[in-house]
Amino acid sequence: MKNVKVLGAGCANCRNTVKLIETIAAEKSAVIELEKVEDMQKIMGYGILSTPGVVIDGQVVHAGGVPSRQKVEAWF
Amino acid sequence: MAPEMLPAGPAQPAPVRRHGSSILNAARRWPQSHPRRFLGLAALAWAAAYRALIPISEALVAALPVDRASHLGGSLQFFLYDTPKVLLLLTGIVFVMGMVNSYFTPERTRALLAGRTEGVANVMAASLGIVTPFCSCSAVPLFIGFVQAGVPLGVTFSFLISAPMVNEVALTLLFSLFGWRIALLYMGLGLSVAIVAGWIIGRLRMEGSLEDWVRNMPSVEARVGDDALTLAERIEAGFAAVREIVGKVWPYILVGIAIGAAIHGYVPEAFMASIMGREAWWSVPLAVLVGVPMYSNAAGVIPIVQALLAKGAALGTVLAFMMSVIALSLPEIVILRKILKPRLIATFVAVVASGILLVGYVFNAVL
Repeated sequence: MKNVKVLGAGCANCRNTVKLIETIAAEKSAVIELEKVEDMQKIMGYGILSTPGVVIDGQVVHAGGVPSRQKVEAWF
Repeated sequence: MAPEMLPAGPAQPAPVRRHGSSILNAARRWPQSHPRRFLGLAALAWAAAYRALIPISEALVAALPVDRASHLGGSLQFFLYDTPKVLLLLTGIVFVMGMVNSYFTPERTRALLAGRTEGVANVMAASLGIVTPFCSCSAVPLFIGFVQAGVPLGVTFSFLISAPMVNEVALTLLFSLFGWRIALLYMGLGLSVAIVAGWIIGRLRMEGSLEDWVRNMPSVEARVGDDALTLAERIEAGFAAVREIVGKVWPYILVGIAIGAAIHGYVPEAFMASIMGREAWWSVPLAVLVGVPMYSNAAGVIPIVQALLAKGAALGTVLAFMMSVIALSLPEIVILRKILKPRLIATFVAVVASGILLVGYVFNAVL
C-alpha cells in the first residue's frame, strides 16, 4: 500500500489534486492511503517552493500546480 | 535536442478506441510529435485570425437587423470585435508565457537571487516576478523557501509584491483594452512599487519580525532542479497555462467588455469625474482604502476599471485602485500572518499602500 500525501493549505488546486489522485487510484484499483497535509510548518519540512506538492512514501514526486493525468497515472 | 522525436516518458496507455477517435487522438498528439512545425503553424493561424477580426465583426453586425450607425450597432460592433480580440491576445500570450514560465521555475529564480546584496537584487526580484509562475496560495512556501536559501528579506518582498501585481494577464488586458501606453505605465509603476517597497523593508532590518519557527528553519542551499524539458513538454506547459488561466478568467473579460460596449455605444454623462476625477485630491487614498480589503485577480478588476475609466475617473486613481486590489488583500494578509509578526505585516501593508498612493498622485499630476 502506498502512502500518498498532498501538501497544500487548502487552495483550489490542492483540492483538485486530491480529487485527481483519488480518481486515478480508483481507476487503477491501486490501494493507497491518502493524507492531506495542511500545516505550513510540516509542508515546509519537505522543502518544496510551491504548492500543491505530492509525497509518495516519503519522497517528493511533484510540486507546484495540479499534476498532469499522465504523471499521476505513472505513480500507480 | 531532437524535436522530431517523441518526448521521453511513460507511453500512453492504449484504451479501447473506436475508429473515429483515433484520428482525433493523432491530431491531439501532433503538437507533441512535431513541436517546431506546430509552433510555426500555430503562429501563422493566430496572426491570420487576428487580422480577420475587423472584417468578420463588421460582417456579423451587417448581417444583424440593426443600423451600424446607431448606438446599438456601435455597441455590438465593439463587443463582437473586442471579445475575440482580447481572448485571442490573451490565449496567445498566456500560451507563450506558459512556455517561458517553464524556464523560470521558482527554484531557478531562488538560485538566481540567493546570496545577492540588496539594490540590484531588488530590481532582479521584481523583474523575475513577472516571468515566474505564481499563485497566491504558494506565497508562504515561496517566502520561506527564499529566506531559507539566503535571499535577503527585502529582496523576497520585492518578488512577493511584483509577482501577483505585474503579470501577463494584467498587462495583456490593459494592452488590449486601453492601449500599450497604459500597459507599459502599469508595468513600470508596478515594478517601481515592488522594488522600492522591498528595498525599504530591507533597510528597516526586520528579520526579527519573522515568526520564530520560520527563523529556526534550517537553511538550505539553493539548487536548480533538473528541469531539462523538451520543446514538446514546454508546449504542453503552454497548453496547461491556457486551460488554467484563460479557462478561469474569460467570464470576467466578457463582463468587462460588455460594460465597455454599453458605455461605448451610449456614452453617459461623465458623472464619475466629480467623485474620482483628478481634481478630487482624496479620491486616490479612497481608491486604495476600498481596494486593499478586496480580493480579486487582474481579470476580475477589469470590468470595474473599464467602467470607472469610461465614466471619467482619473487614470491614476483607477490604476491605484487596481494595484491595491491585486497586490494587497485580506486573505493574503491572513496567510502571511502565519510567518510574519504583526509589526512586519503592518510595515508591509503600509509601505506598499504608500507606494501605490504615490503612483496614483504622480499619474494624475502628470497626465
